[in-house]
Amino acid sequence: MSGEDTNSGRRRFLTAATTTIGAIGTGFLLVPFISSMEPSAKARAAGAPVLADISKLEPGQLIRVKWRGKPVWVVRRTKAMLEELPKLDGRMVDPHSEMDQQPPYAKNEWRSIKPEYLVLIGICTHLGCSPTYRPDIAPADLGPNWPGGFFCPCHGSRFDMAGRVFKGVPAPLNLVVPPYHYVSNTEILIGKGKETA
Amino acid sequence: MAGNATEKWQGGLLGWIDARFPLSSLWNDHLAKYYAPKNFNFWYFFGSLALLVLVLQIVTGIWLTMHYKPDSKLAFNSVEFIMRDVNWGWLIRYMHSTGASAFFIVVYLHMFRGLLYGSFRKPRELIWIFGMIIYVCLMAEAFMGYLLPWGQMSYWGAQVIINLFGAIPGIGDSIALWIRGDYVVADATLNRFFAFHAVAIPIVLLALVVLHLLALHEVGSNNPDGIEIKQNKGPDGIPLDGIPFHPYYTVKDIVGVIVFLIFFSIVVFFMPEMGGFFIEANNFIPADPLKTPQHIAPLWYFTPFYAILRAVPSMYGSAFPGVLAMALSIVLLFFLPWLDRGAVKSIRYRGNMYKGWLAAFVVSFVILGWLGMEPPSTVYTLIARICSVIYFAFFLFMPFFTRMDKTKPVPDRVTS
Repeated sequence: MSGEDTNSGRRRFLTAATTTIGAIGTGFLLVPFISSMEPSAKARAAGAPVLADISKLEPGQLIRVKWRGKPVWVVRRTKAMLEELPKLDGRMVDPHSEMDQQPPYAKNEWRSIKPEYLVLIGICTHLGCSPTYRPDIAPADLGPNWPGGFFCPCHGSRFDMAGRVFKGVPAPLNLVVPPYHYVSNTEILIGKGKETA
Repeated sequence: MAGNATEKWQGGLLGWIDARFPLSSLWNDHLAKYYAPKNFNFWYFFGSLALLVLVLQIVTGIWLTMHYKPDSKLAFNSVEFIMRDVNWGWLIRYMHSTGASAFFIVVYLHMFRGLLYGSFRKPRELIWIFGMIIYVCLMAEAFMGYLLPWGQMSYWGAQVIINLFGAIPGIGDSIALWIRGDYVVADATLNRFFAFHAVAIPIVLLALVVLHLLALHEVGSNNPDGIEIKQNKGPDGIPLDGIPFHPYYTVKDIVGVIVFLIFFSIVVFFMPEMGGFFIEANNFIPADPLKTPQHIAPLWYFTPFYAILRAVPSMYGSAFPGVLAMALSIVLLFFLPWLDRGAVKSIRYRGNMYKGWLAAFVVSFVILGWLGMEPPSTVYTLIARICSVIYFAFFLFMPFFTRMDKTKPVPDRVTS
């Protein structure tokens, strides 16, 4: 086909232009396919806040609430547990909650709004297992230094009664405190902080 | 070659087909006139066995989808339904679950053969790379398949592995969310893993196997002596040390198939769970998003990499270094053809350095595999760290120890 009057410059341009437009079009076509794998509207709606009733919670007791499919723990801490916390500062990776693992209103000594009630997402910050609640002090399997807290059976991470991570364990960060606020004295709304409510 | 075939059969049905489709030439190029070295040994069974297991997995997999329900509410019970109520369902399911482990045994031995005889070396780099992509696809296939029974180990194993992506700085959380399609491993995750496991990855795997074989048949097979048989051709242009793949190796491979099926049947019929190695005990408990089992370990074929992951401590408030080390332990394998600078290919003519390093590599890989199944402890972590260092040192120092190695002279013709 290439005769003397062939304009090869124009051919190259048209080929390049067609290829570019085609590539861009294909790129845009990827959007619906990739986006369809994001959480669906239904899954996002299921992420709505949940109400936890704490009126029947005994001191030392833990209840599990499901929020966004994840376990959320509400623990009513005893006085002894709260007094123990500052003594453990030296053994913690992040004793003063400097890392962004909690809403600002829970960035305090107890990592909670009311010192007595601890609210945590029960998912280890290492690789997502759910730690077990071990309030017993110095049990045989966890050693004499165990002050009570949460122990992850998967990879051996340890957290204290404020969800702060001990030094020298696989988990890098403190357990996450979800956004929450008190609707009344006996009810906590998990999933939404006060300021956004 | 197509011309030869038409003359030979002089028309007929085959002639009619050959004029329209290269049937005879395909048959000749890949079987009847594909000349393979005559000195193949035991290690050369595993390529054809891998193909056999692939077919077995596809057939049993199709039959399982006839009864399986990819729904988080129904999945666990549908697997139990297959085991108890579907005619021969237990056999088809156990063939599939045993087949998964058999696939990895065969593939690991097939890859080790490559390390023994330098099968990844020039001019077979692409064969090795296609093979490595097959291996990575196989890992994805096995991982996604293990979620489908929706037991405790399925659930929490998937949770841990998907969280590996979450450890990537910055974008990790959104990638993990995108993979799961929900805030935790949920119905959406199960459904898409089923789509990938049953449709997408098998198609890719089949295409890759075709590429792997096309590349192999282009350059010709390596052999235990690591010499090129195409350099010694007879007057007819056929390698002097080559024999037609069919009937010689097709028949020999059938013997391998029979021996393999004996072992395979023993496992399927008498020990389908293999004491927790092929199906873990916790997977007979339905998935519970609120309760993690006491001890989580992946299936045996992932444990060496899992042990490397656990051996690396978290740094700078991130679990990413461990994830990076684990990814690197697989990525490095892709570069073998260029890391190996040895003068010879086969271990038969290599010196003690390569033999020593290869032995250390294999031993540390096996120890890591064992450690990955055990709960972590201080001593085990230390051993895992030592083995991880050996694992990486094997690749890092390969350009040096392969070059410095005292090799033996390589013969011109294959030895028997």
